[in-house]
Amino acid sequence: MNAREHFHALLDSLRPLLHADEGFTLDYRAEVSEFVRFNRARVRQAGQVQQIFATLALYLGERHARFELSLTGVAEEDRARLRHALERLRAVVPALAPDPYLRLNREPWRSEAAQPTALPDSDAAIGQIVEASEGLDLVGIYTAGPQYHGFASSWGALGWHAASSFNFDWSLFHANGQAVKSAYAGQRWDALAFARRMASAREQLEYLGRPARTLAPGDYRAYLAPAALDEILDMLSGGFSAQALASGGSPLQRLFAGQAQLSPLLHLHERINGGLAPAFTSEGPRQDLRLLAGGLPGERLVSSRSAAEHGLTANGAGAHEYPLSPVVTGGELEETNILASLDTGLYIGNLWYLNFSDRPAGRLTGMTRFATFWVENGQLHAPVNTMRFDDSVFSFLGHHLEALTREPEMILPAGTYGARQSGSRTLPGALLGRFTLTL
Amino acid sequence: MFESAQALSRQFAALRSSADFWSLRHVREISEHYRVRRNVALPPSFGEDCGAMLTVRIAGVEAYAATSDLTLAGLQAALERAEHMARALAGHALLEVRELPVPTGEADDVAPGYERPLAGPSHWFEVLGAESARVPQDARLVDWSAGLGVSCVEQIYLNSAGACLRRAQRFVYPELSVTASDGHDSQSRSLGGFNFGQQGGAEVVERIGLVGAAPRVADEALQLLLAPNTPSGPLDLLLMPDQMVLQIHESIGHPLELDRILGDERNYAGTSFVRLEDFGRYQYGSPLLDVTFDPGRPEELASYRHDDDGTPARREYLIRGGILQRPLGGALSQLRTGLPGVACSRACSWNRAPIDRMANLNVEPGDRSLAQLIGGIERGILMSTNRSWSIDDARNKFQFGCEWGQLIENGELKGVVKNPNYRGISAHFWRSLAAVGDASTVEVLGTPYCGKGEPNQAVRVGHASPACVFKTIDVFGGAA
Repeated sequence: MNAREHFHALLDSLRPLLHADEGFTLDYRAEVSEFVRFNRARVRQAGQVQQIFATLALYLGERHARFELSLTGVAEEDRARLRHALERLRAVVPALAPDPYLRLNREPWRSEAAQPTALPDSDAAIGQIVEASEGLDLVGIYTAGPQYHGFASSWGALGWHAASSFNFDWSLFHANGQAVKSAYAGQRWDALAFARRMASAREQLEYLGRPARTLAPGDYRAYLAPAALDEILDMLSGGFSAQALASGGSPLQRLFAGQAQLSPLLHLHERINGGLAPAFTSEGPRQDLRLLAGGLPGERLVSSRSAAEHGLTANGAGAHEYPLSPVVTGGELEETNILASLDTGLYIGNLWYLNFSDRPAGRLTGMTRFATFWVENGQLHAPVNTMRFDDSVFSFLGHHLEALTREPEMILPAGTYGARQSGSRTLPGALLGRFTLTL
Repeated sequence: MFESAQALSRQFAALRSSADFWSLRHVREISEHYRVRRNVALPPSFGEDCGAMLTVRIAGVEAYAATSDLTLAGLQAALERAEHMARALAGHALLEVRELPVPTGEADDVAPGYERPLAGPSHWFEVLGAESARVPQDARLVDWSAGLGVSCVEQIYLNSAGACLRRAQRFVYPELSVTASDGHDSQSRSLGGFNFGQQGGAEVVERIGLVGAAPRVADEALQLLLAPNTPSGPLDLLLMPDQMVLQIHESIGHPLELDRILGDERNYAGTSFVRLEDFGRYQYGSPLLDVTFDPGRPEELASYRHDDDGTPARREYLIRGGILQRPLGGALSQLRTGLPGVACSRACSWNRAPIDRMANLNVEPGDRSLAQLIGGIERGILMSTNRSWSIDDARNKFQFGCEWGQLIENGELKGVVKNPNYRGISAHFWRSLAAVGDASTVEVLGTPYCGKGEPNQAVRVGHASPACVFKTIDVFGGAA
């Protein structure tokens, strides 16, 4: 199936069905994905998923509704499914109340990006993974294949994004239960690059063999590696939502109200170029946005609904008002000086299972996981048994943020709920003067 | 119902394969969602999702291919992709599945009332709009919404040994929440969080008490905004069923999943503090703790007659008198370990493969009324409705937070406190269980969002529980 042709064929079949007073939007997402799970350096579960989903929204003046349907890739069948969805919506929409917050972008716009779709040779990649992990306790998942995202409206909008990628996300476990996590993702499998990643993970694994140290609850100096800071930013991402800020649901509401501060070292942008997400949402073309400038609040993420409800100007944010490719600017800390600057404290390779313990206060809790070490006098000393933190971002990313590393790292999502995720985050590591552990 | 069954059976019979065994699992889900927010009806959304997973076994290696192309050619192509993958994995596979049992039965499992139609969008917008309008006018009430989600799911399992297992279920998810804010602090109160989903029809909305609840929920949000912070320190803890749901889920359900214990989930969802040798002897909780896997309670979210691999399901004790009895492991995990398990191999839809999942996991009732539970506490706190959850990858060190807290002094309920949190360690927490509520305190709840697996899947799980009291738990409030 040629996804772009399929998408355009659907559009061509839909347009003649519309009545003069009706409008539509059509969102299209498809993927052909291989999923290969590993446990104990062998394949535990493997398969392939071909799926196509479309969301048709029908507009009749200020009344509207939407219908999400799975498609087959077979033109005749899909035309029938789309027609059925349209008829179903047509039976409902006239009876709905007018939507006072409907401010759909009705400008014609066009955005098209299609990267080469040469697939990695998965059989060869799996063979290399098994070979390279000989003698190791490797567990993880290899995901690969093309993804397609299309959007069109009866008012002339047309977006298309096609990309093919792989993502191998894995952990190496030591016999003592400690583990190091690693990832290798991209568009072309490079055996040497993969071997280097595996060698680096093996090296860290050796440190994990030392007797683990159990820390008492308390305050510690800490370094958050980019993957750990990524978990923090994931929790804060919804905080820039105009809707969340207006309805008391944002963890950053005290920042935007001028009642709390973040470190002047923090600069956060939503940046289109360089990210992997499509350059458009169902709201239209995305925009570069400055979300934090020197720790001060910048722009909010404003969808057209929020704009209408709260008297703001829409800025291309999707309906969920999340940044899709946020970038935190790097700082002055050289990567080679991380341990020396930390001196004595915690090197945290990753964090896990974060949640709010007091959302309005920006207070988070979560667990250390994967490659977390106790450092003394600038040297890795011992792995650390799992610990819980509970702290406010206005503290550890406020006046206790001492430095950010110079070179931010791009982190690709391994998430696959419903479909493979396509965003990215680019983050440095963060040196903290104080980080509170509780259990 | 099962509209595509005949055509699907014909196509399945026409498939050609050289595999030792193959199966097809077809899932069709029809859904609708309605919401009224701040007295404004949001545009409704509808959905229809349909596809099939083909699974093959070749020389002891299993692989799958899922497709939404349900033509004979589409299914045949998927079958061949699965075959190719199984052959390519020869020599790399962790498991030898030649001895895995093959289901052969035929059964129709139709949930009671499934064929009774539900009202349409106009009715539900009227119900939700009326409830939204019952929220009092108060400038501090900044956000509120009432919602309803309905999903009808039909599944057909066929295999090359002649099995035909059909299942039809309807899930109803009513919601109501109100947020109060003074510009500095915000407090939300809801009707059970996201945990009030059940199988059934319109009676679910009545059963959970959505209609008429808004004034109380709004008043409680305002009470929380004005309340002092929860004090810190060791206190006796009375957990209501809408928090017990989370406690059961995270610190009993997930640790007992066999695929975690076997290490399959270590890269993502985690492992377990429970070891294979613990079954039959480990003191999981106090002698008051009885926990069952119960797929037979009709209104509970994960009731079914067969799991997604075709294994017949029946009620089993997982923990009895506080002693760990058996794990949550489907046929494959049972084959791998030799341990007795339960029929819990499940997938979220046609595009994800079954793995070990808790289904209906219930704490059995005890003998105390709610008044007796409260009366037995000298200094403690009642917590209700989960709002925050976090636990380590071995499902041991946890910290949970609730929407609602109320102090208990000398056997009586006292003032409301906000930001009630508590933390503990699973391996010790359940041994502090000091009193278990009777049947009058039991509520049937559950979540549609239990996340696990690589690739990720969110499945429905049910939890029925009485209110329970735990002795001397580390309790604390927020930063506000």
